[in-house]
Amino acid sequence: MSDTTMFELVSPERLLMSRDVSMVVVPGGEGFFGVLPRHSPLLSTLVPGVIDVYENDSITDRIFVAGGFAEVTGDRCTVLAEEAVAVADLDVEAADQRVADLRDNLKDAIGSEADRLIRRIAELEAVAVAMKFAKSS
Amino acid sequence: MPSLKDLKLRINSVKSTQKITSAMKMVAAAKLRRAQEQAEAARPYSVRMDRMIASLADKSSGVGGPKLLSGTGADDSHLLVVMTADRGLCGGFNTSIVRATRKRIGALEQDGKKVRLICVGRKGKDQLRRDYASLITDTIEGVTRKKVEFSSAADIGGRLLQMYENGEFDICTIIYNRFQSAMTQIVTEQQIIPASVPEEADGVAGLYEYEPDEEGILAELLPRNVATQIFSALLENTASEHGARMSAMDSATRNAGEMIDKLTLTYNRTRQGIITKELIEIISGAEAL
Repeated sequence: MSDTTMFELVSPERLLMSRDVSMVVVPGGEGFFGVLPRHSPLLSTLVPGVIDVYENDSITDRIFVAGGFAEVTGDRCTVLAEEAVAVADLDVEAADQRVADLRDNLKDAIGSEADRLIRRIAELEAVAVAMKFAKSS
Repeated sequence: MPSLKDLKLRINSVKSTQKITSAMKMVAAAKLRRAQEQAEAARPYSVRMDRMIASLADKSSGVGGPKLLSGTGADDSHLLVVMTADRGLCGGFNTSIVRATRKRIGALEQDGKKVRLICVGRKGKDQLRRDYASLITDTIEGVTRKKVEFSSAADIGGRLLQMYENGEFDICTIIYNRFQSAMTQIVTEQQIIPASVPEEADGVAGLYEYEPDEEGILAELLPRNVATQIFSALLENTASEHGARMSAMDSATRNAGEMIDKLTLTYNRTRQGIITKELIEIISGAEAL
């Protein structure tokens, strides 16, 4: 058994990252968890937050994800994320703008369309809050 | 017998048509390559998502499972999402999808099911509107015009889920062209709601721990899976569209070439004929003197 774990970050558009790392910390639905080699198999949801990639005991990448899933087995950790951005490139204003745009749409929406928008706004707001937190930490 | 001038005009017009078709072929080839790359790049996501669902579905495939997996328990009303291109001039691409759709609608209606349609892409709507205008509930255009974005797939997925929650349909099927090669596209009907469970690939499924729990993950995973499947169908469809257009334009260019050859031959013959005729006239005129 090697002392690294294969970390894969996949977005719907493409495979963003695939390499051997010593540890990753991911924002699981029930709290952050670290994945080291020979981790027990785990499937988890992710909440908006930051993935820290460790190589040789130091953080080499900090990536913000807006939710998704993580699949962990003994030798790899796969993260499926619809939106993944390096923390340095985070655009908080754009996230706020998206929320504002949807709020505008909501004014004209009716019935089930409105329900859908409300849910979407709540999701995006959570993402925006998490982004601000990630940026400041 | 057409005059020389007419022939010249026709040759010129076919030549300019050929220029257009060969340019369109080049453009389609470039777009095809990009679309193929994009489809290729998107594959890891859906592969991994399938793997997760396969391992989860095993565990909660009972009646109490989520509605997106087990279905509503009925199959009375069907929703067909028909994916076509926004533009024509791509051979039988749109027609073959529409034909498959008609066949499907016919079969379903024969069984007494209720059918509704959502058309993605303008061409499908235009063709289906003639016979099934009352069935079309929604049309989405412009998705494939530029690069296919995941957000537009997520948007379509969101609409479908909303309709499903409102009980507007029991089974949702997408119809699109699967890309095989630039020459062949396969019309594919794929049921996305309730989710068809992919075959279990490896035997590690039972070993997973789940956070928060199987149901919790499935509830998050399944809606996203709908969007993912739509996204990959859109990508396949776009690649197929450009492939179909490329081969259609290739044969159009070749046809134009043949036509030019034929017309040029006729033109030369006619020209020669006229010269001979004039010579005969001059000679016989001279002899008569």
